[in-house]
Amino acid sequence: MADNSIGDMYKLLLCWRYLRTRWIALASVISVTLGVATMIVVNSVMAGFSHEMQTRIHGILSDIVFESHSLSGFQDPQWHIEEIERAAGDQIAGMTPTVAVPAMLSFQVRGQWVTRQVMFIGIDPRTHAQVSDFGQYLQHPTNREQLSFSLREGGYDTTDSQSPTETPTRPALEHAGWPHRRMRVERERLWKERLETKKSAENTTTRSVDQQVHDVLAATSPKDDSAETSSDVTEDGESRKNPFQTARPAQGRAMDPAKEQFTGIVPGIGLASFRNRQGVDQFLTLPGDDVKITFPTAGTPPKAVSDNFTIVDFYESKMSEYDSNFVFVPIDALQRMRGMIDPQTGIPSVNSIQIRLKPDAKLNEVRDRLREVFPSDLYAIATWRDKQGPLLSAVDMEMAVLNILLFLIIAVAGFGILAIFFMIVVEKTRDIGILKALGATSSGIAGIFLGYGLFLGLLGAGAGLVLGLSITYNINQIRLVVEWCTGSRVFDPSIYYFFQIPTIIDPVTIGWIIIGAIVIATGSSVLPAVRAARLHAVEALRHE
Amino acid sequence: MSDLEIPSKTPPMLETRQVCKQYQSGTTTLEVLRGVDFTLKEGGFLAVVGQSGSGKSTLLHVMGLLDAPDSGEVWINGRRIDNLPVREKDRLRNSSIGMVFQAYHLLPELTALENVLAPLLIRYGIFDWFTQRRAAQEKAKALLDRFGLSDRLHHRPRQLSGGEMQRVAIARALITDPQVLLADEPTGNLDEESGAGIIEALAELNRDKGLSIVLVTHDADIASQAGGIVRLAAGTVDIMNSGAADSAA
Ligand SMILES: Nc1ncnc2c1ncn2[C@@H]1O[C@H](COP(=O)(O)OP(=O)(O)OP(=O)(O)O)[C@@H](O)[C@H]1O
Ligand SMILES: [Mg+2]
Repeated sequence: MADNSIGDMYKLLLCWRYLRTRWIALASVISVTLGVATMIVVNSVMAGFSHEMQTRIHGILSDIVFESHSLSGFQDPQWHIEEIERAAGDQIAGMTPTVAVPAMLSFQVRGQWVTRQVMFIGIDPRTHAQVSDFGQYLQHPTNREQLSFSLREGGYDTTDSQSPTETPTRPALEHAGWPHRRMRVERERLWKERLETKKSAENTTTRSVDQQVHDVLAATSPKDDSAETSSDVTEDGESRKNPFQTARPAQGRAMDPAKEQFTGIVPGIGLASFRNRQGVDQFLTLPGDDVKITFPTAGTPPKAVSDNFTIVDFYESKMSEYDSNFVFVPIDALQRMRGMIDPQTGIPSVNSIQIRLKPDAKLNEVRDRLREVFPSDLYAIATWRDKQGPLLSAVDMEMAVLNILLFLIIAVAGFGILAIFFMIVVEKTRDIGILKALGATSSGIAGIFLGYGLFLGLLGAGAGLVLGLSITYNINQIRLVVEWCTGSRVFDPSIYYFFQIPTIIDPVTIGWIIIGAIVIATGSSVLPAVRAARLHAVEALRHE
Repeated sequence: MSDLEIPSKTPPMLETRQVCKQYQSGTTTLEVLRGVDFTLKEGGFLAVVGQSGSGKSTLLHVMGLLDAPDSGEVWINGRRIDNLPVREKDRLRNSSIGMVFQAYHLLPELTALENVLAPLLIRYGIFDWFTQRRAAQEKAKALLDRFGLSDRLHHRPRQLSGGEMQRVAIARALITDPQVLLADEPTGNLDEESGAGIIEALAELNRDKGLSIVLVTHDADIASQAGGIVRLAAGTVDIMNSGAADSAA
């Protein structure tokens, strides 16, 4: 007798034979498969969404935001930038000052005024691109390279540059820019002429038409660039109802709207458009149109001022919260209009400084260093993660809860295996006795059932892996098929602003899912295996 | 029997010394074996007879290491085996003791050939199996051939008759070249003719190969074909005749 290792060949043979004759055990394999597949799909999609969201948020926000608590901001951004540079310059790649104030945006849609509450953000067109991916969210290819607040002659993207599809989804943008502006001015002129002839003929124009004429006049009224900050108008009830009524006192030279523009702004695309059921974006207003923005001045108490602006591009970060909230404007214009420039020294104030770090820099470390230097009662210093903390942790939480729920599916499969294995142990009691009589060890007997459980786990997890990956890879086609079958939208691009369901397949997560499934399947066979191993040989042989 | 005697002559193949076994069911204690002294010399062929419930199977299980005695000793070939560690007992069952049962006890999932190979499958690991497989299969086929089953190699137990199943079971018991074969009423479920065939095969093994055999039976005719008869009654060995009794003194 050479060695004492009693072999394991019969375990394999019996496992194999049991598998071939015990189809019922395969039922529990199916639930392992489904559990694993669902977990892989859900995790991939959630990770895709989460990643998409994070890159969006991070692209919009700079790494660290250095803010003043006051709406009036702090003076002398250049001094602050130098101080920040001194504190953590080795880790900083770029900085840019911004001014952000809440404001009201009003624009005309078919003669109706639409007013929206917005965040009005003054940015430095030269340096802003250094701290965030701002440029890449614009609709004009040239603006994406170097932002300019001048209206373009045309050439705006008619498709979504971030998720290109073959068919144009924004046909309206084809004529945006100067051509649209000229066309509008021409149309308004014709309309005015027609109305005037009609008025003189009948002299019984209705009040609403009269109103509209005034609106047209107001929208195309001349603008005095030098008078921008001095032309502040205190808003009263009447001007709120029609802010253009008193927009410009007739002063200065007349502006030709077909050739000139007001200060350029870039509003979020969500403010100006909505996506219809066909996935085509409908625009309420276009680059080239003029809008009216009302915002508070920097003084105490703040006074509301209004001014005209011309839309020059749209901003589309695909975070609907930002796209339907942000309006960007050149920082110097906003500083001037809000009175943020000291009249004596000419030193401007800003609300915040956006800081972008070098790729390998430590986010929290830089934040903490800055917090040491700048008193926290004057400045709020936060990382982009801090700012989006609640959202990001909500997503993490959601993912964790979903994973627990889905893992319960596999756990249920585990209980199925447990029950089925107990049945098999009872059914096979006599055979277990035979094996013991032939010299099989207790651990060998246990090994049969553990091996069988492991095999079921591997089979279930393997099938689940294949199923899960193929669903994940083809999720968008599957979505189309499901939509076609049910006739209802499963994934509505007008809600998510994605054309595709984003997925990220993380091998580590998948590894854990597979390991978890195998451990559960094998673990479920432990109790039946122990029971089988403990059977008394003689009693087992007597079993009928 | 003193220890001094053992080295002087060849030890008995199988021996029990004062083996006691009792079953507790509820408050009543059933003493099945109360000090059984049993000896089988090498190459012996003993029949164990006794009334139903006299403890024949129990004694066989104790000798075959399937059950542990409450007290007493079991020796095989001069070596005490009832107090060995569990693993060692498993190994002895796998290599030194062949067992045949009344109910055949074949594994239903395996073919006749695989059933015969089962003890070797249990003995060898995967690697060893692949080196031993050919020889093992040849041996199993030869055994089945000897019992007239060469055309039943790949039949499942339920496709075989009772006599065929019992012959497969005997082949399985023999594949390990055991030192002793323990058969518990191997003919109990068979008709007279197939039963006679089985007994003839056992007698032949004893005669030709010198295999030591313990055969439990009800049947006086069958018992008479053995080299000696042991009667179990009241939990002890009642009568022992023939040559086996000499060495048991
Ligand atoms: N696990 C057990 N619990 C209680 N009593 C038992 C147990 N196993 C056996 N017995 C009893 O022990 C006695 C001996 O049983 P055993 O099977 O050895 O008899 P036997 O001589 O083989 O009978 P038969 O000729 O019918 O096979 C019987 O009375 C039986 O009821
Ligand atoms: Mg019996």
